[in-house]
Amino acid sequence: MPSRHTAASALALAAALLFTPAVPLAQAKAEPVKIGIVGPMAFIQGEDAWNGASLAADELNAAGGIQVGAAKRPIQLVKVDTNEIMNIADAANALERAITRDKIDFAVGGFRSEAALAMQEVAVDNKKIFVVTGASLDKMSDNVVKDYERYKYWFRILPPRSSDLVKASYAMLGAITAQVKAELGVPVVKVAVLAEKAAWTEGFVKAAQANIPKMGMELVGVFQPSATATDVGPDLTAIQATGAHLVFTAVSGPMGVALGRQAGEMRLPAIVFGINVEAQKEGFWKATGGKANHVSTLNFYADVESTPKTMPFVEAFRKKFGRLPTYTAASYDAVKILATAATAAGSLDGDKVVPFLEKTDTVGTSSRITFDKGHDVTFGPGNTVPLGVQWQDGALVAFFPNGWQGITFKGVKPFVVPPQMKKK
Amino acid sequence: MLHSILVTGLVNGAIYALLALGFSLVFGVARIVNIAYAGLYMLASYAVYLLLQVVGLPAPLAVALAVAAVVVLGLAVYRVVIEPVREHESAVLISTIALTLVFQELVLAAFGGHFLGNPVWVDGITSVLGVTVTHQQVLSLLVSAAALGLLWLLLTRTRLGVAIRATANDREVANLMGMNVRRVEMWSAALSAALAGLAGAVVAPLTVIDPLMWQGPLVNILAIVVVGGLGSLRGSLLAAFLIGYVEAATVFLLPGGSYLKGAVALTIMVAVLLLRPEGLFGVAFEEER
Repeated sequence: MPSRHTAASALALAAALLFTPAVPLAQAKAEPVKIGIVGPMAFIQGEDAWNGASLAADELNAAGGIQVGAAKRPIQLVKVDTNEIMNIADAANALERAITRDKIDFAVGGFRSEAALAMQEVAVDNKKIFVVTGASLDKMSDNVVKDYERYKYWFRILPPRSSDLVKASYAMLGAITAQVKAELGVPVVKVAVLAEKAAWTEGFVKAAQANIPKMGMELVGVFQPSATATDVGPDLTAIQATGAHLVFTAVSGPMGVALGRQAGEMRLPAIVFGINVEAQKEGFWKATGGKANHVSTLNFYADVESTPKTMPFVEAFRKKFGRLPTYTAASYDAVKILATAATAAGSLDGDKVVPFLEKTDTVGTSSRITFDKGHDVTFGPGNTVPLGVQWQDGALVAFFPNGWQGITFKGVKPFVVPPQMKKK
Repeated sequence: MLHSILVTGLVNGAIYALLALGFSLVFGVARIVNIAYAGLYMLASYAVYLLLQVVGLPAPLAVALAVAAVVVLGLAVYRVVIEPVREHESAVLISTIALTLVFQELVLAAFGGHFLGNPVWVDGITSVLGVTVTHQQVLSLLVSAAALGLLWLLLTRTRLGVAIRATANDREVANLMGMNVRRVEMWSAALSAALAGLAGAVVAPLTVIDPLMWQGPLVNILAIVVVGGLGSLRGSLLAAFLIGYVEAATVFLLPGGSYLKGAVALTIMVAVLLLRPEGLFGVAFEEER
């Protein structure tokens, strides 16, 4: 028979054995923090929202997860395919399902403004924090200003709101036209606006009509093809007939590829610059059959140091996914700031996290991130400054900011005026 | 500006004619509104992309294989999906719409939603009446003209063409005269698919390849065949150029409203339906039957 001492030892050993894995077991059972990554997953915008977020989640999980109160909890990303490019109405349903069925704690992403606007309503109805990383419509942040209590759960870190994008475009436009005047000896630069017909371009077109003449340029026409147009040949022919030196663009759909291809094929003697979402992607060059030389666009990621975190992020992204991130990959920053705010709040509850999210002041992968009263990323020098990028012989080269308001990002190169303009 | 409209309308019209004639052919012969025709156009563009850019075949071979594959698929669609319900017009319409959506989703699953493009076959530009035209556009125009010419020869100079026209004119009488109407319809379906495939292959270097690329052309095709007169090849040809010119005029005369060019085409279609329901060159089908 075992002695009482032996029995006590055995019990102690058993207790120790049972107790020893208690901490890891507790960690393994820790409820994950579920972040819904919302976007059109069959499209690059959705893919990169997922890719950026997964890089952030991997880093945070490798460090043990997010400290929420007493528990360290792993991040679990939930893929929420909004199908918003094919069907806008699907987006709100997808987010609703993610909130009610998948029980996500936060939502990150969105691409088409019309879809993101609908998803904003779903998120705030459910008091879930929704950080947009893809849509620029002003109305979403206007909602926060007008009805803070309802819309305070909504934030945007990229892109800046449309009106700020327009301001950035004009800063770049000024730099380019100064170069055109100097290189070509053109006294008055003629500008044609080519903007897809969509909600987000309305402000762009109005601003162009108001500002271009004020900037000493001549507005020779406003062309507005359908947002789903795949042929802008007639529009470009009409633009060429106006004698425009510069085509100021605002396109986010397939027209961006058609524009790059057709402008190159017809050797359009004009600079093509503005916002062209497709031209921000590395696949653009191939999609245009290599015809898009000198097409330029506003962008947020390139091989330049927008912040000290840009190049490490771009390189990590390229290493894992084989290409340059598009701007929806700012989901990386979104996941990071959500983690910081949740830790500070000690909770995943939207009402408790919002005040800490509002206090965010951190260096992100494309800019410093602070929020204004509309919960938009703060725009301007010292905060978010978009890049100007140009396709030069198959490479996406950043040319802006290069001295603008005293800012020059390391790695920018000069803008190139298309050679066919010099023969004009 | 007039020169620009003339040249742009001509280029647009030739491509629209290539797109619309196959659709009109199968309607004329078999009285079938085959929406999957637009899906075949999309699949041909993707097939050329796949064979050219992934497999690495030379352009002529890639186009030939893509057209052949689309013809086989078009025949399969006709036999499996359309023929069993061909007596029920609404069933044909719904099933071919559904089939096209299936094509769309399959392409989306296989290629993703990325906007793709094929390289041009011939590089360079030329000036026509002071308007810049790319050599690829000229080539597309020539291919369209050649395809339409061959189709015309086939329809007017061959026994098959006579049979197709006879069946288009009156299916029952053609049947009573000893023609194998079913076989004629299969030939028409094959020809139609070949035209859809050729259009997809020729237009691919001029446009953006994506899973929704069938929708825009479908609207134009419907407008063209209704304006021209459902089933009338001559009417479709003329209507294609009419729509091409109307779209060009919309862009040049109303640049801020160039997004309306599709709506203008549809407005013309509605106006024609109201004023002349049988189309400009069509016949009143019920009476004909």
